[in-house]
Amino acid sequence: MAAPDMNTPVLECNNVSISYYTRAGEIPAVVDFNLKVMPGEAVGIVGESGCGKSTVALAIMQYMGKNGDIVGGEIKFMGRDMRTMSEEELRDIRGSRISMVYQEPMASLNPSMLIREQLNEVLIYHEGISDEEASKRSIEMLDAVRLPDPERLMDSFPHQISGGQQQRVVIAMALLSKPQLLLLDEPTTALDVTVEAGVVELIKDISKRFGTSMIYISHNLGLILETCDKIAVMYSGEAVEFGTVNQVFDEMRHPYTRGLFNSIPLPGADRYSRPLVPIRGQLPLPHERPTGCNFGPRCDHFKDGVCNVKPLSMQDVTAHRGHQVRCERYLNIDWEAARPKAETATAANFGKTVLQVKNMQKYYEVHDRSLKALISGKASKFVKANEKLDFEAREAETVAIVGESGCGKSTFAKVMLGLETATGGEVILNGQEIGQISVHKRTPQMVGSMQMIFQNPFETLNPSHTVGSQISRVLRMFGVAKTKEEALEKTYNLLDMVKLPRDFAQRRPRQLSGGQKQRVGIARAFAGEAQVVVADEPVSALDVSVQAAVTGLLTDIQRERRTTMLFISHDLSVVRYLADRVVVMYLGQIMEQGNTDDIYSPPYHPYTEALLSAVPIADTSITKKHIVLEGELPSPMNPPSGCPFQTRCPRKIGSICETDLPDVKDLGNGHKIMCHLSEEDLRAMEPVIAMPSDKKKKSAASKSPGRTKAALAAASIATVPGTAAKAKPVAKKPAAKKPAAKKAAAKKPAAKKPAARKTGPERLKKARGKADDLKLISGVGPKLEQTLNKLGFWHFDQIGSWKKADIAIVDDELSFKGRIERDDWVKQARALARK
Amino acid sequence: MTDTTAEQTDTPDTATGFARFLAAFGLLRESWVGMIGLFLVSFWVLIAIFVDLLPLQDPLAQTRGAINLAMLTEDKTGVMHWMGTDDRGRDLLARLLHGSRVVLFWSTLATIVAYSVGMIMGVTAGYRGGWWDEIISFIGNVLLSFPQIVLLLVILTAFGPNSNIGVWMNTELGMDKSIVSGALIIVAITFSTAPQVARIVRGIVLDLKTRDYIAAAEVRGEGPLWIMLVELLPNARGPLIVDACLRLGYVIITIALLGFLSLGLPPPDPDWGKMISDGRQWGYNGLNMMLWPAIAISSLVLGLNLLADGLREISLRD
Ligand SMILES: Nc1ncnc2c1ncn2[C@@H]1O[C@H](COP(=O)(O)OP(=O)(O)O)[C@@H](O)[C@H]1O
Ligand code: SF4
Ligand code: SF4
Ligand SMILES: [Mg+2]
Repeated sequence: MAAPDMNTPVLECNNVSISYYTRAGEIPAVVDFNLKVMPGEAVGIVGESGCGKSTVALAIMQYMGKNGDIVGGEIKFMGRDMRTMSEEELRDIRGSRISMVYQEPMASLNPSMLIREQLNEVLIYHEGISDEEASKRSIEMLDAVRLPDPERLMDSFPHQISGGQQQRVVIAMALLSKPQLLLLDEPTTALDVTVEAGVVELIKDISKRFGTSMIYISHNLGLILETCDKIAVMYSGEAVEFGTVNQVFDEMRHPYTRGLFNSIPLPGADRYSRPLVPIRGQLPLPHERPTGCNFGPRCDHFKDGVCNVKPLSMQDVTAHRGHQVRCERYLNIDWEAARPKAETATAANFGKTVLQVKNMQKYYEVHDRSLKALISGKASKFVKANEKLDFEAREAETVAIVGESGCGKSTFAKVMLGLETATGGEVILNGQEIGQISVHKRTPQMVGSMQMIFQNPFETLNPSHTVGSQISRVLRMFGVAKTKEEALEKTYNLLDMVKLPRDFAQRRPRQLSGGQKQRVGIARAFAGEAQVVVADEPVSALDVSVQAAVTGLLTDIQRERRTTMLFISHDLSVVRYLADRVVVMYLGQIMEQGNTDDIYSPPYHPYTEALLSAVPIADTSITKKHIVLEGELPSPMNPPSGCPFQTRCPRKIGSICETDLPDVKDLGNGHKIMCHLSEEDLRAMEPVIAMPSDKKKKSAASKSPGRTKAALAAASIATVPGTAAKAKPVAKKPAAKKPAAKKAAAKKPAAKKPAARKTGPERLKKARGKADDLKLISGVGPKLEQTLNKLGFWHFDQIGSWKKADIAIVDDELSFKGRIERDDWVKQARALARK
Repeated sequence: MTDTTAEQTDTPDTATGFARFLAAFGLLRESWVGMIGLFLVSFWVLIAIFVDLLPLQDPLAQTRGAINLAMLTEDKTGVMHWMGTDDRGRDLLARLLHGSRVVLFWSTLATIVAYSVGMIMGVTAGYRGGWWDEIISFIGNVLLSFPQIVLLLVILTAFGPNSNIGVWMNTELGMDKSIVSGALIIVAITFSTAPQVARIVRGIVLDLKTRDYIAAAEVRGEGPLWIMLVELLPNARGPLIVDACLRLGYVIITIALLGFLSLGLPPPDPDWGKMISDGRQWGYNGLNMMLWPAIAISSLVLGLNLLADGLREISLRD
């Protein structure tokens, strides 16, 4: 094949249509799909589940399975039509020139083979090199995807490493044969937020370093913004909009795209003043698509006789180069108009305290049956799933409990609901202690007053029973309905409440969509006059466009009934939108709690800071600090000593964090932080997310396709001391695109700077003779070296003599992406200076 | 979505339940393997039910001088023996068809009993877990570690109709001899089959019990019995129906085997296994006697296996 040429697209899809053949007949999964990926370019495909994203990826791999077929159009790889290639050629291309990474890392890894064997096999199969050479290259690649200790990892089985590491191995495997095109299908959906942030960082890095073109498939607009140059928005089997990230995010020309943006919570939105606007209706099934525009039935700009006549085709948006939409009326729509208004509501005034959790502890006893444990006599030990939980919730209040997997959220919910009893402390509901009473010993009223909404819509209802029988069973259990007729009547009322038709009572769960099932789940939770409802990620498994509707419904009911809601989530955008108060948990302990506004602005707990920076935000005008946490979540079986966050904390002070559990600092107004950092240090933190003060962002939208990369580079350039004194607490939009100002955007006002500034580290205008090669310090690249030089640091011994306070000052000057590892620098610099 | 229609309908759970069952058979049409299985199985089931209505000889009547006749021969009285006769001059066709009733009755009953025991073991072990699970699994493993045939032989010889217990049951309790041996076969088959069923059910339950709807039931304070019977088992029925078909096939083979070893149902009731073993004594001359019951057994077992395959195939679709 010809050598890669910068003008030949790596991949070109022209009018591709793909169908599946099932019992129901031919299902046109993807229709008339066009895409061009140039060398080194990253293109995102975004859309809700079932819109055909994965089908496109599989078609590109020419891997349609038994019942799928490409029924029209052509897919060209490096200028050659893939249909003309032989099966052998295709096999060679797959996995070597086009690689794919799936959502589930274990789908690509063989559980019974060593990672060494799996990686080497790729090279041996495609390049026929020797085993040793393959091992060497594999180790290099594992190192390149920033996996610690690659040699050891090579001799592990996939199940011996964490999910995040597995996904990195899969990415390494995909990159081994230096593919021209990397397909990533929701590569981080199965991962925790902070782990996701690391993988996303890696993916961004890849296209830069290896020049690989990428197709990044996701339902998350924020992730696409972080990773891609161009984006295709898909709806019901069609691409409805295509353009650069800036065009689509800032100047979208398709009503569906705008609907998507209106239905996701962005910073600055809150549920009282600016509620989310859901897209009404739901995604049509492939065989139920309307004539004309697929989005027609849900579109506010639908016009009979225009939109529903003939299949629409993609058309160029006038005056936007490379921007295309599939909408007949985009010119007739006022794109500058204010977003459609949803009803606003005034903030509820909270009533008396309903729920008090005082020093609640829950330990699980686990038995270790290994021989070692038997010999050492430590055959059983305790897992501290919840340690000293302490908070309150008032009537009509929404308290969010935030944390990643394994942080003890579910255990906490179980104790609330009586599925487990607390090991210590108290849980007081309406003045009555319930932490020690299991659900079977609770009265029906008690059970009914504390209910739960579950996460997975596909599991929340029993598939064997009708919706109605499941709701009426609950009514009978809670003693709300005594007779069959009464139960039926109340079931109908509940269905009305969640805005479902009454005849759904006779339906079975599989006849309902995800959002509808979740509504039934909500009805069930409120069936028994619940006072406290525990909602465990109630919308995270739903499609973006229905999330808003379900969230809105849930909060409306909650507000109307003045129910207290404990909202468990890992999604800080949703939490910011709907919570009144937030509790941040890590490894079973509360790290920080406070009013939502206090949590989302400094002072932060270092973990909250990292979480906030990890959340992808679908708004081009927002600048964000990147903090990628090192390492993995420790296992709750084996928690670190001292501060639980100590092993990953970028702001760790020193040994005190490793030895002593920090006290809880009360910063006033119920804002509590558990950290050794002094109150002064905490207050000196800079905001993670900077919003433009100027809301009219349209004018300054940059046309540069390399926007993300520019932003990255910007993040690692610091301002020269002195200029930083001109405080720019909030970035103005036009300036935000320029690197230096971007940096300033993330800076805190100078006035807040600690007094230590004057006594900063010794700085030199010029190097003493020849400057040391600071790049020898791992973590310092050419960019950072420049920055350090600008700051007056030229020699290893200068850096080696940094004190903690100095580090803090230098830290203020540097705001790089990635880990903050100054302690490590100092150590290395000292060693280098000695040489 | 906001306008709601209020129709008064009773809970249609049972009504649609049967409809759905029929629909499942409608789906089976798409699997030709399943259709062949269904045909074979229903053939034998219909025979078993209506065998009395068929114009057959008396399966127990011995015709003098008509011993070991080949198929399609008439005896001296001019009666046609389509499949020939056995070593006592009994009509093979009649015996074979009447035998289907015996075989299907006892194998179905044995499977139902074994399944019930196995399901109780499996669902409680899987749902409750802990020490109870360990005990059940241990017992199951012990029983499964015996070679099946040894287990059956031990049970049947120790407690068979001719053992002390068997005699006591027969004389003191006044139980019919064939009932006694039938009951014993059921017990023996339960011992050998229930642990396998338990293992399957336990696996399914372990998976199902992590579902949110189980948590939802627990959260509203349902008791374990409700959760096991109403929330868990109905969702396990798909794989269990498939397994039950296969299991019934094994049980039929086992009963035939026991009959062959003369440990099965007492004579003179026609039992396919016993019929084969009767023929065996006659060597080459008994081929005719062995051929028909062998075909009968294989066709029924094959039918059940194909039916199971078909059911599995349609359940995997969608
Ligand atoms: N193997 C298959 N057989 C039949 N239909 C399929 C198959 N795979 C996907 N589909 C259907 O094709 C459509 C697109 O699916 P998919 O590409 O998986 O969407 P996405 O990745 O965007 O969620 C959906 O309606 C889905 O139900
Ligand atoms: S074509 Fe019509 S219905 Fe479709 S998106 Fe445009 S305005 Fe809406
Ligand atoms: S106590 Fe130390 S390790 Fe823990 S969060 Fe605070 S600074 Fe980080
Ligand atoms: Mg997909």
